[in-house]
Amino acid sequence: MIEAHDISVAIGGKRIVSHVDFAARPGEVSAIVGPNGSGKTTLLKALTGELAYTGTVTLNGRDLSAMTPVEAATLRAVLPQATTLAFPFTVREIVRLGLIGGRSGVLPGEDARLPERALARVDLDGFAGRFYQELSGGEQQRVQLARVLCQVWAPVLEGRPRYLFLDEPVSSLDVKHQLIIMDIARDFARRGGGVVAILHDLNLTAMYADRLFVLSRGQLAAAGAPADVLKDELIEKVFDCRLKVGTLPAGSVPFVLPQSAA
Amino acid sequence: MAEQSIAGAPSRAMAADGDRSARARFVIALLCLALVLSVFLSLTAGASDASAVRVIRDWFMGALPADAALAARDQLIVYDIRMPRVLLGVLIGAALAVCGAVMQGLFRNPLADPGLIGVSAGSSLGAVTIIVLGATWLAPVTLALGTLALPLAAFSGGLAVTLLLYAIATRQGRTSVATMLLAGIAISALAMALTGVLIFMADDRQLRDLTFWQLGSLAGATWPKIGTAGPVIVAALSAMPFLSRGLNALALGEATAGHLGIPVQRLKYTAIVGVSAAVGASVAVSGGIGFIGIVVPHVLRLAIGPDNRYLLPASALLGASLLLIADAVARTIVAPAELPIGIVTAVAGAPFFLWILLRKRGVIDL
Repeated sequence: MIEAHDISVAIGGKRIVSHVDFAARPGEVSAIVGPNGSGKTTLLKALTGELAYTGTVTLNGRDLSAMTPVEAATLRAVLPQATTLAFPFTVREIVRLGLIGGRSGVLPGEDARLPERALARVDLDGFAGRFYQELSGGEQQRVQLARVLCQVWAPVLEGRPRYLFLDEPVSSLDVKHQLIIMDIARDFARRGGGVVAILHDLNLTAMYADRLFVLSRGQLAAAGAPADVLKDELIEKVFDCRLKVGTLPAGSVPFVLPQSAA
Repeated sequence: MAEQSIAGAPSRAMAADGDRSARARFVIALLCLALVLSVFLSLTAGASDASAVRVIRDWFMGALPADAALAARDQLIVYDIRMPRVLLGVLIGAALAVCGAVMQGLFRNPLADPGLIGVSAGSSLGAVTIIVLGATWLAPVTLALGTLALPLAAFSGGLAVTLLLYAIATRQGRTSVATMLLAGIAISALAMALTGVLIFMADDRQLRDLTFWQLGSLAGATWPKIGTAGPVIVAALSAMPFLSRGLNALALGEATAGHLGIPVQRLKYTAIVGVSAAVGASVAVSGGIGFIGIVVPHVLRLAIGPDNRYLLPASALLGASLLLIADAVARTIVAPAELPIGIVTAVAGAPFFLWILLRKRGVIDL
């Protein structure tokens, strides 16, 4: 369980997130949604200890601020929005960095093969020998996800659930890979781990999220199951856009929803 | 050397599965061999015809009675003059190359080296102060410390700059690497200006000393100097392998390194203190020797990749070998006089570096 109470974050004297309560349970995908600049990434960075915050964050009941980097890294892995490299690494070398802490959770002898398995999971079979900087943005994002998966390969370690923090994991991906990545997230939760993901696509969110946290101007506008939260009034208020939930387009305008995937 | 075989298309890593560790181990083995050869070459080369071969032969078989005088002279030259010089060359070449690699990893910038953040400039200022003012204003200091005054002053100068930088760039327990880089450039400029003032005050003899010292040389190598600088360099370098995993993670950015479980602040602190100690000690005994810290890690990254677990030991080996070869050239090319070694490393290093950059632009660009 990740519990955050009364979280506020100020950057350069400006308050970006104020008094947000948040909870993510193991076994569930928790999504954070909201318009640009509403404080989603800032909240995520507070939850992962990257930014200084006021309030309390606990991971499995333990205070995050009292944990060492190694302890925190054993309990959760973080996928940032984008990662730039300082030096030319191969894809395998990047993915292997996820094993630095040595707590992937597989049997000791299997660690060496984990990069291949993780790359296969994100549909990058055979990419291990390529240079990272020569891949497309979407491929790079999947390489980083493979690295993150290596770090917490077992969703539960020594009886304690572990967590994935994903900052816009699908924003640069085509629809096939959006589904693959969200399936990985859901599978991680099904097997006892917890997932916290920032998402923009409300349809994908409705399809995969068990719980939804809607941010607006740094404050929590709503929280709950997607069916309870995604209502016309809330969307108009938060996204400043008059949209109707569950309304088919008029006439013969084509539309494609991820929910229709076979 | 190893870069020959990666001349092919840069679109694929050398090993099809992206694992360059076997290749890295092979290159490290080759570099060990290269170092042994360089040491032997250095012991043999020089203005005198004394030969290490002869000394080693005498050592095993005993000198022929007729050659006793020659053997004694050989021994003197090889043991007391060339050996300390070779040992110092190994230590300093390794220190400069490893410190370059560590700085580049720490600042996530392939251009970083200890010269850039002002450590070298601080050391120079300390040394120049002693050379110029040692006989007058600072006479009590030089009298008390004797021949140790210069190395100690250089070491203190480098350390002072590092501590100042660290204090400027650290706020609330977090060190901003960008602030440190910029502050380093400013402090570097200031230290060089002060050095300039001292040079302006220097007389002719001091000027020659200064020039020689600023261009770098291993000529002053003696066993006592090794006794002073050696332990500092060895201690600093033996801490560096423990940083390699952290530096690898740092290539993904500070935040991500932290998420991977690396204690980033401690990593930065250890790297900075280690580098300033090793560089301070090196500059103290040999002056400013350029290019090793930038060229060596670059060439090796092209050959074996940026994994610091292999890059750091390989840099130490290649840095030591190159400095020994440069020193052998410096003291034979205009024998019996000798060139400052910094001239040799720059004349050979700069064009080679440009050539590498032109050929490998695709791999270097990110």
